[in-house]
Amino acid sequence: MKNFFRILSLIILFFGFQLSSNAAEKVEFLKTHWSFKGVFGKFDRGALQRGYQVYTEVCSSCHSMKYLSYRNLAEKGGPEFTEAQAKAIAASFEVKDGPNADGEMFLRPGKLSDKFVMPYENVKAAQAANGGAYPPDMSVLVKARGGGVDYIYSLLQGYEDPPAGFTLEEGVYYNKYMYGKKIKMANQLSDGLVEYADGTNATVEQMSKDVTTFLMWSAEPHLESRHRMGFKAIIYLIILTTLVYFSMKRIWSRIETEV
Amino acid sequence: MSDHDYTPKSKVGKWFNDRLPLLTLANHLTEYPTPKNLNYWWTFGGILTFCLITQIITGLVLAMHYIAHADMAFDSVEHIMRDVNYGWLIRYIHANGASMFFLAVYIHIFRSLFYGSYKSPREIIWIIGIIIYLLMMAAAFMGYVLPWGQMSFWGATVITNLFSAIPLVGEGIVTWLWGGYSVDNPTLTRFFTLHYLIPFLILGLVVLHIWALHVPGNNNPVGIDIKKPSKDTVPFHPYIVIKDGFALLMFMIVFAFFVFYTPNILGHADNYIEADPLVTPAHIVPEWYLLPFYAILRSVPDKLLGVVAMLSAIFILAALPWLDTSKIRSAVFRPLYRQFYWILVADVLILGYVGAMPAEGLYLLIARVATAYYFLHFLVILPLLGLKEKTLPVPLSITEPVLGGSINFASAKNTERSNK
Repeated sequence: MKNFFRILSLIILFFGFQLSSNAAEKVEFLKTHWSFKGVFGKFDRGALQRGYQVYTEVCSSCHSMKYLSYRNLAEKGGPEFTEAQAKAIAASFEVKDGPNADGEMFLRPGKLSDKFVMPYENVKAAQAANGGAYPPDMSVLVKARGGGVDYIYSLLQGYEDPPAGFTLEEGVYYNKYMYGKKIKMANQLSDGLVEYADGTNATVEQMSKDVTTFLMWSAEPHLESRHRMGFKAIIYLIILTTLVYFSMKRIWSRIETEV
Repeated sequence: MSDHDYTPKSKVGKWFNDRLPLLTLANHLTEYPTPKNLNYWWTFGGILTFCLITQIITGLVLAMHYIAHADMAFDSVEHIMRDVNYGWLIRYIHANGASMFFLAVYIHIFRSLFYGSYKSPREIIWIIGIIIYLLMMAAAFMGYVLPWGQMSFWGATVITNLFSAIPLVGEGIVTWLWGGYSVDNPTLTRFFTLHYLIPFLILGLVVLHIWALHVPGNNNPVGIDIKKPSKDTVPFHPYIVIKDGFALLMFMIVFAFFVFYTPNILGHADNYIEADPLVTPAHIVPEWYLLPFYAILRSVPDKLLGVVAMLSAIFILAALPWLDTSKIRSAVFRPLYRQFYWILVADVLILGYVGAMPAEGLYLLIARVATAYYFLHFLVILPLLGLKEKTLPVPLSITEPVLGGSINFASAKNTERSNK
């Protein structure tokens, strides 16, 4: 049995090493403390609400969030705006609905059940407005990029002047964390760009962290209940395993063999 | 199961059993004499059954919410993740379950390789196992296509394109597989259909696998034929049931850790980008469990020969009972084979590693050497080893060393220890 676990742990170690070496990127990302990491990880409610504010005031003019509905903003485990707040947020957007009895499409204030309003009618329109580059939908963006939250957080702060001799085409910007160091999105954040409702000082770093937290939640809206359930499930399994282990010892003690 | 003369005690039971001997079967499964020295490497058969059942049940629930359409598949997966009650849990169990399934099957296969479980009289069990493994790979590959992310789409494109290597009819076969001139909606719907079908084929083969196992009975770490039932065996229930149960629970803890705390670590980030036929990902890599074969495929410069090499790497396993000429089953008594066994394990792990790396420079060289060694092991080393190797003396029964009988066995054990 000892032998078995020795070999098993070696194999697991090997795969762990392989996974981590696969995930390792050439550039070191900026590090920050994420409250949602770890066994008991939870979102920072304030960061989510501020992050939503950054998204709406800055990102949403180009980036859609097609899998989110306004009702999500009031759901447990998310930014947890009150239902009245979420309704007010929804109502501040104009949603295209219809056709009505006359066969006409019409605009009406948003409701909780509406999906987030898209900045562009379609992908082509988005490309046309952005020099041919489609600003990706941000609903699952964090999970769609190697490096996840650390990558997004770094990218938002990674704008620099290009090193000497580095040629940039028209409408392309230098970002040291971007693949190939070239990005079609201009630097969007500057200190004091938004005025946070809760009075937090809106530095670039703060906004990057808040909006990245918001994006993590939008990609994994059930993260908190997943962590809670995982803890319970694993504790339950450990207790059961222990009980079964002792039953096994008892049963096998009837014959003279080492288990 | 002909050696069973079981009669149920109750009249109703007897009446039923005379017409359908289910109670005889149940009795056989409980009493089934199992070698008492089976170690934990033998618990993975039970674990694999658990994996299969888990995949089928979670898969059924997912199929209720999933939409197999190129325009809606990605959205429907996000719908499952967000709006279906515990949809995230079901999907993460299913996605990580595939990886856990392969982890278990690789341990199961390598256990068989170490203890010579594929040798006479267990060749049929082994060959059925290889077919199950092939079907698992097909099911896993098609399952990975269903979310219709970038890796789904491009993985499907790369793998289906392998058939174009077949001379003359290759291109036609690929078009036929796709149901069109590229991977598109018809490809997705047929993959979904087959992905739903294959697990039930596997289930049927698992029944045959176990049936074939119950004819000669289990191999064991000593690798000798034993008398059944005897002092060397224990009834399956409760001894093996509880031991398998304990190992399964340990396995479930690891499984739960992946599902609840790192559910996406085994997948590729690109698969959270919706499939786009106009954008090719920087690196197209299959899931980790297919990487060794992917490395073999890419290590051959010619496309057709690459495909042939990859398929041979799997099919060569089916010939293993005849390639291995040694009369001794267990590697415990084969000091040389034991060393080559671990070299093979390392070789496959290296293949897996280079399979994940770009096929260029040093990686390509390593992949070629490792591929060559893989075939060398099965085609040259194994047949020769069986003829040349000086094996250690094998005990006559499992209980022998326990009762303090054979000096030979004790010395074999000591040699084994000093080798570590």
